[in-house]
Amino acid sequence: MKKTDILEKYLPRMENVLLILHDLQNNSRMNYLSEKDLSLVAHHLNTTLSSIYGVASYYSMFSLTPRGAHIIRICRSPVCHCAGVDDVFNELARILKLDVGATTPDRLFTLETTECLGQCDLAPAMTIDHVVYGKLTAASIATIIAQYRKKSASQGD
Amino acid sequence: MITEYNIALRNVGKINPASIQDYMDRGGYEALKKALQSPSEKVVHDITKSGLRGRGGAGFSTGLKKKYTSQASCVLLECMRYIVCNADEGEPGTFKDRIIMEGDPHLLVEGMVIAAYGVGAERGYIYIRGEYHQSITMIRNALAHAHVHGFLGNNILGSGFSLDIEIKLGAGSYLCGEELTLLESLEGKRGYPRIKPPFPAESGLFGKPTLINNVETLSHIPTIMINGARWYRQLGTETSPGTKIFTISGDVKNPGYAEVEMGVSLSDLIYRVAGGMKDERPFKAALLGGAAGTFVPESLLDVSMDFDALKEKGAVLGSGAVIVMCNDQSILMMLDSILRFFEHESCGKCVPCRVGTKQLVDLLEKLKGADDKRSDHIDALVYQSELMAKTALCPLGQSPVLAINSAVRYFRDELETTQISQSRCR
Repeated sequence: MKKTDILEKYLPRMENVLLILHDLQNNSRMNYLSEKDLSLVAHHLNTTLSSIYGVASYYSMFSLTPRGAHIIRICRSPVCHCAGVDDVFNELARILKLDVGATTPDRLFTLETTECLGQCDLAPAMTIDHVVYGKLTAASIATIIAQYRKKSASQGD
Repeated sequence: MITEYNIALRNVGKINPASIQDYMDRGGYEALKKALQSPSEKVVHDITKSGLRGRGGAGFSTGLKKKYTSQASCVLLECMRYIVCNADEGEPGTFKDRIIMEGDPHLLVEGMVIAAYGVGAERGYIYIRGEYHQSITMIRNALAHAHVHGFLGNNILGSGFSLDIEIKLGAGSYLCGEELTLLESLEGKRGYPRIKPPFPAESGLFGKPTLINNVETLSHIPTIMINGARWYRQLGTETSPGTKIFTISGDVKNPGYAEVEMGVSLSDLIYRVAGGMKDERPFKAALLGGAAGTFVPESLLDVSMDFDALKEKGAVLGSGAVIVMCNDQSILMMLDSILRFFEHESCGKCVPCRVGTKQLVDLLEKLKGADDKRSDHIDALVYQSELMAKTALCPLGQSPVLAINSAVRYFRDELETTQISQSRCR
């Protein structure tokens, strides 16, 4: 979808800014909001770039730098902590060779941490894009990542 | 088994949540029809009489909130009132609102329309956290179907009352679950808290009278309309009537959720609802209410889980999160996780919280590494968090004191002596 078409879906009111930013980011191939995106939003809402930047930079779901095709959000809240998320996280970082916030060289994954995902009965938990994975172990992490890699390889992207 | 109720969880697991017909087949939207046939004052009166208190954490009387909102004077022509549903569930250990939105979205919509009718609100917003993808999908679908069936929109069911409800999305800020911050975010701003007063009932969204309620609170309203306030008051305790969804996580056999009467004992939740401790390990503590909550020890296992009984013991019910810890868990490491959480989520608007949350993490780091003078570090943590409770602008900076004071009160020996251990139940 063209960016201008996305903007046109929303009335030019500041209260729509988070919806617009989500929509633009979801339609961005690299899962982020560029400076040009923010300028377009500012123009649409008849406000300044700095005020849009102020909003976009506040909320942790928005990224102002390019990310991978799949966003991994692993929960570091107290419940998942007790359930041993540290081991799972370390395994994930080892397999992907990534630090928090970084993207794999093939641009397939970005690794992020998040506060409570509300999946506490399945702790430790994470999401990859919109899919929830729970009761994670170091072994299950490897399987999940391998599935995504396999799928990506078969699609040739 | 302990008696479970189906008020907020009326249809969860029993209907296809995407089907409005399924919902209507089980009596859905009958409460709205009944409410619309009586004057709006009666709706507010019934909810007040039911004694329903906010299920989001604070426990404020829902009826009073509605009364204040409906009474707030406003200049003619500008007399717009808003209703906002707080679906920005983010308190660690809490997932009750997600269960309702994913499993029975129309119940929330119906409750919200009735509440809006009570206070005379013409526009409504449901602010859902951005991570709750399935909830967003289900609520969006429910709103569209409710519109088609005339339960939303102009002249609802021929009553002359009109209401539109829109979905708004959060984007990963815990603080936006605080009601005044949520209003800022709804207006399209950074999620910074407002100074209270004015309260939302007087000056809320866009400066207009606004009723803001949690998902679970609104989901009680249809049943109260049908069965009456007197029936509802028979459940729960004198000052905390009704039922509550508790979400039980941590070292129990069957982590999950259950809707039971207010005033259930903590031990019943752990041993009868959640199947007991995992691997039969000894119980050590439960963290009630999430990160903005309190630790309770074994001696409080029989405490009545309601707003006031817990308050008497220096604990909180909060959102209904019950995070259970077995003997292998370290209170120190749990505190560490909680304090890092607050440091990360502090918005930075006020100095006591911006600086204070960082200092708490540093102090705990010192305590973790200390061989002697541990008692001094503990006292410093208490002092610092109490200072923040007195001076921080919003509930975030006022919350670390809850976990710290309860940990010190009940587990001081452990904090003073135990070296760091990473052991945990498996």
